[in-house]
Amino acid sequence: MSRLLPFIGFMLLVGLFGFGIWWNTQHDPNAIPSPLLDKPAPTFNLPQLYEPTRMVSKADLLGKPYLLNVFASWCIECGVEHPVLTAEGPTLGVQLVGYNYKDAPDDAKGWLAKHGNPYDLLIADEPGHTAIDFGVYGAPESFLIDAKGVIRYKHIGPLTPDVVAKELKPAIAAMLKEAP
Amino acid sequence: MTPELGQLALILAMLLALAQSVLPLVGAWRGNRALMAVARPAAAGQAVFVAMAFGILAWAFLRFDFSVQYVADNSNLALPWYYRIAAVWGAHEGSLLLWILILNVWTVALAAFSQKLPEVFASRVIAVMGLIAVGFLAFIIFTSNPFGRLLPMPGDGADLNPVLQDPGMTFHPPMLYMGYVGFSVAFAFSIAALLGGELEQAWVRWARPWTNVAWAFLTCGIVAGSWWAYAELGWGGWWFWDPVENASFMPWLVGVALIHAQAVTEKRGSLRAWTILLSIFAFSLSLLGTFLVRSGVLTSVHAFASDPRRGVFILAFLTIVVGGSLLLYALRAPKVLGGKPFKVVSRETALLISNLMFAVAAAMVLLGTLFPLIGDALNLGRISVGPPYFGFLFPLLMLPVVLLLPFGPFLRWGKGDAPVLKQLLLRAGIAAAACAIVAAFFVDGQPKAIAGVAALVWLTVGVLLYALKRWREMPRGRRYPAEMAGMLLAHLGVGVFVAGVLLSESLSVTRDVRMAPGETQHIGNYDFRFDGVHHTTGPNWTADQGVVTVTRNGSETTVMHPQKRTYPRGQVQTESAVDAGVTRDLYVALGEPMDANDIEGAWALRLYYKPFIRWIWAGGLLMMLGGLVCATDKRFRIKRSAKAEAGAEAADGLQIQETRA
Repeated sequence: MSRLLPFIGFMLLVGLFGFGIWWNTQHDPNAIPSPLLDKPAPTFNLPQLYEPTRMVSKADLLGKPYLLNVFASWCIECGVEHPVLTAEGPTLGVQLVGYNYKDAPDDAKGWLAKHGNPYDLLIADEPGHTAIDFGVYGAPESFLIDAKGVIRYKHIGPLTPDVVAKELKPAIAAMLKEAP
Repeated sequence: MTPELGQLALILAMLLALAQSVLPLVGAWRGNRALMAVARPAAAGQAVFVAMAFGILAWAFLRFDFSVQYVADNSNLALPWYYRIAAVWGAHEGSLLLWILILNVWTVALAAFSQKLPEVFASRVIAVMGLIAVGFLAFIIFTSNPFGRLLPMPGDGADLNPVLQDPGMTFHPPMLYMGYVGFSVAFAFSIAALLGGELEQAWVRWARPWTNVAWAFLTCGIVAGSWWAYAELGWGGWWFWDPVENASFMPWLVGVALIHAQAVTEKRGSLRAWTILLSIFAFSLSLLGTFLVRSGVLTSVHAFASDPRRGVFILAFLTIVVGGSLLLYALRAPKVLGGKPFKVVSRETALLISNLMFAVAAAMVLLGTLFPLIGDALNLGRISVGPPYFGFLFPLLMLPVVLLLPFGPFLRWGKGDAPVLKQLLLRAGIAAAACAIVAAFFVDGQPKAIAGVAALVWLTVGVLLYALKRWREMPRGRRYPAEMAGMLLAHLGVGVFVAGVLLSESLSVTRDVRMAPGETQHIGNYDFRFDGVHHTTGPNWTADQGVVTVTRNGSETTVMHPQKRTYPRGQVQTESAVDAGVTRDLYVALGEPMDANDIEGAWALRLYYKPFIRWIWAGGLLMMLGGLVCATDKRFRIKRSAKAEAGAEAADGLQIQETRA
């Protein structure tokens, strides 16, 4: 009987691995569930990037859905994402709000001047305090927020053409269908 | 056209592998010599076709055949030729092909050197190697074809992951695979022995150098990987307990146990079942490593493609190979038992203790590696155990090994005498304590560093005292046979390694600083002066290159050039500058410029002073060398007459008794 122990132990491992494979087909291993999904977006009141004296609050943006895109000039992945935003932004059918994260305003402006500005509106969170409410843990991140101010979709990491086509656009379509 | 030939070659190789495994097994069972004779030619044929497939893929890389998907994904026109060769094993499909190629190298060597083994046994061994090849060839053919076409053909390819564009990385995978696959020989031996229901000590003796060589390669691969992580990743660390690192470390630990268990079985006939079980484990863990890296079951920084179909295939393969062998073990192990009894104070006991420690350590690493998965399975949420778990338990398990290691060689087989041990304890213990006290003044009383010095002296003095004993008691020419010399070298390596780990961990200085050109930082007696950053270009990258001049007491030690490279696809890769030395490494990694538009201004830099870190790899290389030297021992070359040899052995003070004779 004791000689069977290694075999039994191994079979338990096999069960565990089988479970692991099944689990990974059901879950995205990189997904960290956002507690904010389908919840009202946190309130914020932030200055515009180009006109720091004018503040933009969550209430100002209610009524129209928008895509909040967290970016920074120091973020390499944002440079990867930027051409995608520039190309796909106008086809999304929602406003594109740039959320400049932990960035010196001049760096951000220089970066946008160099790479182009696809955003309809730009707000700046230089100290990064509001970003904590959004649960941002790195740039880039994108939040789709509907007309009532509810977060409908969230993506961590750069938006690639693939993500835009397979996740973002369906999420926008579903949102618009519900509340035209 | 050519890539399709590669595909065809793989299919033919698989058919030959089937012939190589099934026919000799039937032949050995039925006593049909004609069928058994198929083993060697089939193995040779399989090797030819696999080599052909590998050559075709390499050729596709060399002539930029971007119509092959794998080539287009992993190379481009700017990639230098040597990295195009390395790109062959730079991703999943090609590295699998390398695995198979190396399996064939081992099989052909085995076929060539096994002529003197009994035919039934040799053909079973080769057949088991063939079965493994069938599994891997089926895996590559059905799930991971490296010759898939990409149409229309792109004008240029993507790129080899820049992280892999490093000399250390080009030879790390082949070395590691030589080790992984090498354990298949010991595995095939055990399976053949279980199938036949008998295990001659002479066969174990014949198998020993194979295990030693495989283990030496694995050591070399792990050292290369560790060195690469240190030099390339810019974190200054040498081991991270990452799941993929653990995947290579587990077979290594079991390999250590196996090497020592084989020595006992070969010389005394004892521990047979344990040796067989360990050789099954060593190879199973090698397979498991492959599985963990590729199945996507565990996510890791350097995991390959995660495709559930591949995961299911490998899991099925793993279940058949490992489950089958363990079942065979459960049924047949009682048949191969035997050996001589031994007393509590004996070399066998010492080896058994070390064996248990290494086996437990491997189990501990396995548990830690699989913990996130267990957490998911039991719905405990996302758990991972990191360096705190391993960093606490592993040293705890290795402490008895370090303490007991010098005693092992002094013990006799069967029954050792205690007075010799007391003498050793006294001498080496006093030397270690004295050196530790002296060292305490040099290392500011850092307990880890003191322990490092004590361990080094304890192990070195212990090994040297044994060398001295051999010198005094043995006649000329018999003092240090290769097996003995290898053992001494490897054990010295342990001391050097432990000292390197403890000293570098406790005495290292790390500083993250902002430096403007002309500024100086003082770290560990050295002054690092930052002389600014300029642009430079390489064969397929551009880089910001920093200049850091290091001086000590005013005289220049070295000028270092850390780089931040940008590859054609925009990937950024840090190239740390390392000034290596026997007693210390100086290490500079370039961070970010303070102002992105002004690279000539101030930068964030990371400076390290790492004393004795090189000893870690030196220790590893000594262990590797020990393994290789050991394998060259003349004693391992099989002779027809086992009895005649046993007579010669007895004169060497080693009593060999063939239990089956």
